[in-house]
Amino acid sequence: MSDFLTVSVLLATLASGIRLATPFLLAALGETIGQRSGVLNLGVEGVMLLGAYGAYYATLRTDSILLGILVSLIVGGVMGIVYGVVTLALKAEQGISGIGIFIFGLGLSDLLFQKQVGTPTPIDGLGDVAVPLLGDLPWVGEVIFHQNVLVYVAFLLVPVLWFVINRTPFGLNVRAVGETPEAADSLGVSVDRTRYITIFVGNAMAGLAGGALALELGIFQQNLTNGHGFIAIALVYFGAWRPSGVMAGAMVFGLVSATVLQWKTLGIVVGTTASIVGMFPAVLTILVLVLVSRRTGQPSALTRPFERGH
Amino acid sequence: MLAVLGANPMTGYAALLDGAFGGAKNLANSALKAMPLLLVGVGITIAFRAGVINIGGEGQIIAGAILSTLFVLGFPDVPSFILLPLTFLVGAMGGAIWGGMAGVLKSYARVNEILSTIMLNIIAVQILNLLLRGPLMDPGEIVKGSRIPHTERLSGNADLPILPGGTRLHLGVLVAVLMAVACYFLLFRTTQGLRLRAVGHNPFASRYAGMSVKRNVVLAFMYSGAMCGMAGVTLVFGSEGHRLATDGGATTFTGAAGFNGIVAALFGGLHPLWTIPASFLFGALLVGANAMQRAVQVPAALILALNGLVVVFVVGSMYARTRLARTASESREQGEGSDSRSPERSGDPEPRNPP
Repeated sequence: MSDFLTVSVLLATLASGIRLATPFLLAALGETIGQRSGVLNLGVEGVMLLGAYGAYYATLRTDSILLGILVSLIVGGVMGIVYGVVTLALKAEQGISGIGIFIFGLGLSDLLFQKQVGTPTPIDGLGDVAVPLLGDLPWVGEVIFHQNVLVYVAFLLVPVLWFVINRTPFGLNVRAVGETPEAADSLGVSVDRTRYITIFVGNAMAGLAGGALALELGIFQQNLTNGHGFIAIALVYFGAWRPSGVMAGAMVFGLVSATVLQWKTLGIVVGTTASIVGMFPAVLTILVLVLVSRRTGQPSALTRPFERGH
Repeated sequence: MLAVLGANPMTGYAALLDGAFGGAKNLANSALKAMPLLLVGVGITIAFRAGVINIGGEGQIIAGAILSTLFVLGFPDVPSFILLPLTFLVGAMGGAIWGGMAGVLKSYARVNEILSTIMLNIIAVQILNLLLRGPLMDPGEIVKGSRIPHTERLSGNADLPILPGGTRLHLGVLVAVLMAVACYFLLFRTTQGLRLRAVGHNPFASRYAGMSVKRNVVLAFMYSGAMCGMAGVTLVFGSEGHRLATDGGATTFTGAAGFNGIVAALFGGLHPLWTIPASFLFGALLVGANAMQRAVQVPAALILALNGLVVVFVVGSMYARTRLARTASESREQGEGSDSRSPERSGDPEPRNPP
């Protein structure tokens, strides 16, 4: 334990915490915008797995990380269109159809991996980019401004998303559709079109989140995400449907994951203790959900399909 | 889909069909694969009827398997006819405890049951790995130094007896079918079942009628978990190795039965009796997929992917069916000539005010 409590190790843990928070953050922000428009997407985990595989495979074959990122976004977007058709055009129940997407993603990503790659082959993950000037700051620079590009993207999306939701006409539509779709509809806002957009964006971000995870780890395996997507959904509740709150939650989970990882590397936890530590994120998620259960602010029309005249 | 993967679809599907239905041996294997799906599917059905979604089948299977394994390790010498029923009971308790936790979280802390059951799955897997790498590891493995994470061969008194007929079919299959029938009676022929369904159908009316919605949600989760726990028992004591094992990963010994059972339940229209043929179909699909994997080298994960699509399609078609039914009844009320699908329904019972 004394190995862990040195400045350099703690700083490295913090930096890796921010990095590991990124997939949570991207997925949870995507889920936030969907839920604000009244759509609960429980398929995040499946979309993340597909996005992760897409990014991994594209990078493996072309050595282009940029292409990998692009593929994960596209895969996510396509899944968004599918989920949109299922929940909006077919008005399927959102809870269970999301589970269908999850099982589909779990199976398909494993299938494609076994068929196209077979043996786990590592790829070069994302490299760190130092921000000019800020990166030279002592400590802070090392922790915050020596990260890969997706980390910057994810954290910049927090204010961007806040602005879009709270300060733009489109954001007003999203909130109206999420609270009282009937009223929004009577004022000429297309409920379905608004929701198609939020679902598309949300799923593209889930795909990107998966890509971020695969490119961060530089590897793909069956069930790579192992609950990341579901934790991301819990983070939306934790963050009370606000981007800043979601960011705080993602940081907590990133830091916990980084600490666990660091402990394993330093040999503080080995063998059976590693299993106990491996439960931390799941236990923490349940505790978090219990703690925030009294919180209000849930969009009133969440999970309620909209249909005119009913 | 097969063609996309670069395999001959005809050879693939022929192998799938033959592997699943060709001969008594393959049929028996299909039934064995269907057994946990049926138990889980029936459990999912109970939860669904009570208005909650139980995605925690995996965790509840593991909980049932762990508790029943501990029980048999503790009492290996009890005669078979006493030990077996007790083992099932203990396994059901394990699953019920694990499921009940999600129910309590849902009822008394308003935690979304889908998220809590997924997290409980992850926790159960870690506990299983912890036990099998630690206190429950086969002492023989430690002596040999190979340290494969599984228990010793469990007491022969707890082996599920093979049914006559020369196949690998064992008692677990019968238990699964019996439980499906029992759950049908529970849901549709008892007061408790009526309460569960009422709570699922309309929680407000049920509360008004004096039922405790919270209590019934917890109960639904416990029944549901008990079924999954029994699936865990059949998987451990009906396995060829007669031991509890893990692959160290996320799927352990369950073969994703906790998820595939959901598909079987949905395909069976969330009715315990219809879940019997539905789960047999999916069991056959899984066995056939393995045969297909050998014949044309397409990974069996294909079936999981297809199952996901089945869920999406089944749920997606539910609305289409209700809309068809509604359109039919509305056009009967309104006579001919009105198109009830147009956005401005002239004959709407409650016309909206013009803006």
